[in-house]
Amino acid sequence: MKLITHNMLTSKSLKGVNVGFPLKICATEVKEVAVDFNPEFVTRMIPKLDWDALCQAAESLGCLNDLPRSVNPNHENDEEFLKKAHHVLLEVEVIEGELVCPETGRKFPVNEGIPNMLLNEDEV
Amino acid sequence: MWTTPHTFTPLFLSECTRMIEIQSQMTERALELLALQEDVPCFILDIGCGSGLSGQTLEESGHFWIGVDISSAMLSVALEREVEGDMMLGDMGQGMCFRAGSFDGAISISALQWLCNADKTSHSPPKRLFKFFSTLYSCLSRGSRAVFQFYPENSEQIELITQQAMKAGFTGGLVVDYPNSTKAKKMFLVLFTGGHQKLPKALGTEEQQNTGTDHIPYSDKRERMKQIRGKAPKKSRDWILEKKERRRRQGRNVRPDTKYTGRKRSGKF
Repeated sequence: MKLITHNMLTSKSLKGVNVGFPLKICATEVKEVAVDFNPEFVTRMIPKLDWDALCQAAESLGCLNDLPRSVNPNHENDEEFLKKAHHVLLEVEVIEGELVCPETGRKFPVNEGIPNMLLNEDEV
Repeated sequence: MWTTPHTFTPLFLSECTRMIEIQSQMTERALELLALQEDVPCFILDIGCGSGLSGQTLEESGHFWIGVDISSAMLSVALEREVEGDMMLGDMGQGMCFRAGSFDGAISISALQWLCNADKTSHSPPKRLFKFFSTLYSCLSRGSRAVFQFYPENSEQIELITQQAMKAGFTGGLVVDYPNSTKAKKMFLVLFTGGHQKLPKALGTEEQQNTGTDHIPYSDKRERMKQIRGKAPKKSRDWILEKKERRRRQGRNVRPDTKYTGRKRSGKF
């Protein structure tokens, strides 16, 4: 699971959850992969992201490095910034671990990079 | 023609070359119906992504995708295929659990019909369909579309699905490619989030209406047949009854014929 996905994922299908975001990441295995840099894609995604949640997630995985805590308004032209964002969004993957709902504490296991978001009948 | 996919195991389904070809053609058509901006890399949701066949077609078109599927066996095949998209195990009927406005579009190949079955006694298909469509609506960005290629068992299923989609706020409708060909016929539910829009044109049909004979796919032949048969004068009761019969053959939901069908109405109508 890449951090771009984590930035969109919530637990709000759970009964009683209002926001369910961001999910806390407890990772036991993290992998870094190489993905082709597409500045246009990164630029388009930035307005959709919850930047604080992204930084928080990156920090918890130890890959925050020098990613700025706030988004530069002129980011489309800042290639260095886009490359850092690209790395954090697409090149860091949680392979094994758990995602935890911030409101209920319910854990969603992650195996082979795939989060299991299936709910039990009584949770829907 | 794929009418009973559950008689095949997931692995056979994904490895059969012809199926692969069909799935990728359907994905390309769904992408076309999604009407994304040309040459812009988008963020797409693939609902019922299965073994990643549709996802790979999305990747080839330069998009990044997130896939959801209920079968871990299918997702394992996708992992072996080394797809680039991110996938998760999830049940569409439990809701799409993403933040509002996340996606530029959504596609689904051969998955939607599964929501019409009540697999457990506690399941209510209309409720699950509504949960699915309403959560999908909110996680799509305004103005984007969702395109579903699916295999409805009958017109009741089409009605059920479209009803719940409209209830959830979507507009749109069914695009039926090659409606006259049993083999090539494909159904696509095209849903809009940005308010009413014109439905894209279906493939393999020159006009909206059939002439009444099922086996004529091309317009020239159709024109000749029309002249030979001699159509009923437009808007007469006979014309209306013929048209309704044609629409029933297309699998549409048509009101029964009664003594009121085609009756003379006063000038107010």
